[in-house]
Amino acid sequence: MAYIPLVLLVAILAWFVATYNKLVRFRNQIRNAWHQIDVQLKRRYDLIPNLVEVVKDYMAYEQETLTKVIEARGAALSAKGPAAQAKAEGVLTETLKSLFAVVEKYPELKANQNVASLQEELTGTENKISFARQFYNDSVMTYNNAIQSIPTNFIASFFNFGQEAYFETEPESRAVPKANLR
Amino acid sequence: MSGGIAPACPKCGGINRPGADVCYLCREPLGGPPGPGNPSPVPPPGANAFIGSSSPSAEARPPLRPVPMLLFTEAARHNVRMSALLFVLLFAVFFLLGTAIGGAYGDPRTGLGLSFVLYAIFGATAYFSGSSIVLSIHGAREAGGEEHRQLRNVVEEMAIAAGVPPPKVYVISAAGMNAFAAGRRPEEACVAVTTGLLDRLNREELQGVIAHELAHVKSRDTLYNVCAAVLVGAVALLSDMFLRGTLWGRRGRTGGGRGGGGRGNAAFFVLALLLAILAPLAAKILQMSISRQREYHADAAAAGFTRNPLGLASALAKITSGGPEVPGENRGTQHLFIVNPLRVFGPDSSALMSTHPPTEARIQRLRAMGGVAAGR
Repeated sequence: MAYIPLVLLVAILAWFVATYNKLVRFRNQIRNAWHQIDVQLKRRYDLIPNLVEVVKDYMAYEQETLTKVIEARGAALSAKGPAAQAKAEGVLTETLKSLFAVVEKYPELKANQNVASLQEELTGTENKISFARQFYNDSVMTYNNAIQSIPTNFIASFFNFGQEAYFETEPESRAVPKANLR
Repeated sequence: MSGGIAPACPKCGGINRPGADVCYLCREPLGGPPGPGNPSPVPPPGANAFIGSSSPSAEARPPLRPVPMLLFTEAARHNVRMSALLFVLLFAVFFLLGTAIGGAYGDPRTGLGLSFVLYAIFGATAYFSGSSIVLSIHGAREAGGEEHRQLRNVVEEMAIAAGVPPPKVYVISAAGMNAFAAGRRPEEACVAVTTGLLDRLNREELQGVIAHELAHVKSRDTLYNVCAAVLVGAVALLSDMFLRGTLWGRRGRTGGGRGGGGRGNAAFFVLALLLAILAPLAAKILQMSISRQREYHADAAAAGFTRNPLGLASALAKITSGGPEVPGENRGTQHLFIVNPLRVFGPDSSALMSTHPPTEARIQRLRAMGGVAAGR
């Protein structure tokens, strides 16, 4: 029966290695998810000039909306730090929404194939941005759950696996819109 | 006020929260409980939420068991546990059969070993034989071009939400509404949808369907299915071999006198005979209930990806009413689709032998996840 301690030792070691690797995998997934968001944001920056180019000939009276979109894009591109960037991105999303609302008013613009496909691309990209953020937050939750649970938390604290931060939207967009539900 | 009843939108068929004034999908005003400035009396507020089953026969059916509020994470975890348990049972049936047959011929351990070998051979064959045959059976072609841009975008969106590599996208030219996913690993997965589905679903419903398929991809359900099918096949083969062997072999044994282990085998022999008769049936029932659990799981996971269970619920309702027929449908591939293309699922079809749960029960669970109280 001398080999029992040995077996136990090997089992503990195997668990140790597996858990450590799991934490590393989770942490890398979070980083990858964060870069996924950037990829989609970049794609949106690239799409906006195309849309503006196609739309501007039709919209002689709506120059103001277009200028706002372009300004918001510039502000988002030059924003420094995650918090400032999140805010600028929020503004850009709002201006794009008002641009699409304007497009709805011009029947010949709505019928334009280019505009329709650009609109679908931008809708898709907007969705991808929010799903990428959702996946980022889900990854953070999985990771945080892991490093706070027994017995993984021993390994996590020993090797300094710290908590990761969630992506949060700016407080204004959290205000609940009043709806008449009865 | 009609508290628990979720109104269906008259225009797009979307299912809304109780008391909503406008459809959450297409912004069409709902005729529901008239608001202060909205006296439009159009559809009766008591209209059945299931588009496909708003027929009068809805009253005659037995009511579904009410489902409490569901959290999609909880639902998904429950389904994972259930299918794991069923799988263990299926394995147990298989190895019990192997051991018993081995015992009947003298050595239980040889029987167990042989059944392991049989399983390995079957499994390897199934694993390496073409995984994308399904695509050609159903005449799917790759979704390129401008008209499928939205579909490709939705697939990419859901792949991001699910955290899997974007799969290849295929379209099947068919009026029926259906979709399936194939591929053993997420890296080589593909999803296919029919043109009938594309024509009649809005963007949110399409998201729900694609999310369901990607949930199958992410949890490697194709592999699950192959393993289960292989086990069932192996059980059937073992039982067949044993039953035939006893019919012909007994005569030989009395003549040759090669008794092997002698009378110690009698108990094993009876057990093996019993198992050989019952095991194929039990294995088939287990396989089908695993399949149904995987469907519930994919629904719950899809709700987690889109965070919009009502989108998938209303897509399922539309598929039920539109008909899920697909060209080239056959028994071999029926389990792959989002709604079984061969069988019409009434609420009583939780029958032991069906690949999918009744669509009404799936819709009800999804609505419970969406915060809609089980109405009825």
